[in-house]
Amino acid sequence: MKILVPIKRVVDYNVKVRVKMDGSGVDLTGVKMSMNPFDEIAVEEAIRLREKGSATEVVVVSVGVAQAADTLRTAMAMGADRAILVQSEESPEPLAVAKILKALVTRESPDLVILGKQAIDDDMNATGQMLAGLLDWPQATFASKIEKTGDGIEVTREVDGGSETLALALPAVVTADLRLNEPRYASLPNIMKAKKKPLETLQAADLGVDMGRRLTVVSVAEPPGRKAGVKVGSAAELVEKLRNEAKVI
Amino acid sequence: MTALVLLDAEGGSILQTSRSAIAAAAKLGEIDALVIGSPDTIEAAAADAARIPGLRKVLTAASDAFAHSLAEPLAALIVSLAPSYDHIVAASTAIGKNALPRAAALLDVQIIPDVMEIVDAETFVRPIFAGNAIVTLRSSDAKKVLTIRTTNFDPVPAEGGSAPIESVAAPAHADTSRFVSEAHSESGRPQLETARIIVSGGRGMQSAEGFKILDPLADKLGAAIGASRVAVDSGFVPNDYQVGQTGKIVAPDLYIACGISGAIQHLAGMKDSKVIVAINKDEDAPIFQVADYGIVGDLFTVVPELEKALG
Repeated sequence: MKILVPIKRVVDYNVKVRVKMDGSGVDLTGVKMSMNPFDEIAVEEAIRLREKGSATEVVVVSVGVAQAADTLRTAMAMGADRAILVQSEESPEPLAVAKILKALVTRESPDLVILGKQAIDDDMNATGQMLAGLLDWPQATFASKIEKTGDGIEVTREVDGGSETLALALPAVVTADLRLNEPRYASLPNIMKAKKKPLETLQAADLGVDMGRRLTVVSVAEPPGRKAGVKVGSAAELVEKLRNEAKVI
Repeated sequence: MTALVLLDAEGGSILQTSRSAIAAAAKLGEIDALVIGSPDTIEAAAADAARIPGLRKVLTAASDAFAHSLAEPLAALIVSLAPSYDHIVAASTAIGKNALPRAAALLDVQIIPDVMEIVDAETFVRPIFAGNAIVTLRSSDAKKVLTIRTTNFDPVPAEGGSAPIESVAAPAHADTSRFVSEAHSESGRPQLETARIIVSGGRGMQSAEGFKILDPLADKLGAAIGASRVAVDSGFVPNDYQVGQTGKIVAPDLYIACGISGAIQHLAGMKDSKVIVAINKDEDAPIFQVADYGIVGDLFTVVPELEKALG
């Protein structure tokens, strides 16, 4: 089984982003960038499936600016076999990314595509589902467990109120939730080795995909701030305030 | 303008989150509701939907394939109905988030998730960067496919309407996915995303054993239990407890943070709560900057006192 894992370079989850003064967007100059945390989980799962003998090759792919090559190297240091970078503008929309990925799936013929459930910059939670729709493949989103069965996979997914297990025929698309695994750290020798692994670069335009945006940003604003609170002296006083002032209990 | 709103039913009744989605769609013109389910559950759900005021009609699609709301047949159904609608709307629940992006891709439309405000028929407000920025977007797509952040819209009433019910046929789809089993959360507590009250613990809980001190308080309040990433990474609780940018994003009426310093990763997941309470022994902890009420003290003393004070 060959696995394709799309990954995204995003603002590091520890960074508190600031909205630009003119309301045109979020200021990302000089901000630390990392692999999207849910994509690390997707990469980890693909490597584990290969280590268990369920998969033969793990190919990582990123759609974005040239620096996304660093993110692909990180994935290869974790254990991915090779990488493809599709160069485009910063953070293209999920529909355009799904179309690029569809073109790569046609070329690479993977049996399984594992993505993160959402990117922590645009918080869309859409690319995996859109890709599955465009390919007419079955999907299992928000996965907390993936198991290879005879001719397909069984995926346990996180839903409101618990979990459910689905059986999918291959090829299929799965998106990783937080619970799926704990991603490994890349060791220094593996970081060195990753520099020698193949990384192919393509241009989005060469894949015949219209990257035009469907959504235009009218404005970006800071969320409303909270007004300062008070410190109370005792548990009894707190209960009194919650009952009579805030009226939430 | 006409909107199609996908409703979620459980045990034959329409969920409150779906009534919030209807409240949001009310700004978009006439509303038809879509109810799906297995042939033996559909009638009760459709009758419940028909009582919601403000609907032009209720469309029902019954099929065994819909019993578990699998994305493939549901997206195919939405696409088959789409020609009659300008907007397709669902609540941002597990079902909406699973099926609507798939349907949007099949319609060659960019999904707009987690809408907090509808400005007009093509302009929508949503959070990005885990709520650290709020973006207003204008869609150039011919049809708009949206999911609604339900905590931002007061649900319409459950009773008072009498919309006509009309059944529609489910289109054929490839049979490549199959429901196997489901497991409900065993805690007996409400789910984090929908809970009205959440009691959450962090590094200050010290151990898995220490974390259990929150149980009686949560039981008394009928609250869900959450955790910070540090508490999860330290193995105090499983990671489905995690509230934060890489965990769950919640907005309950009351959020009680115990032994949580208030790192941005965590704040991103809970700062839209209506009332925030912080219990922490460090009076300089950043959590006090967002807390409406704070108690400086040892949580192992304060939490049991709080439980007792509730009576």
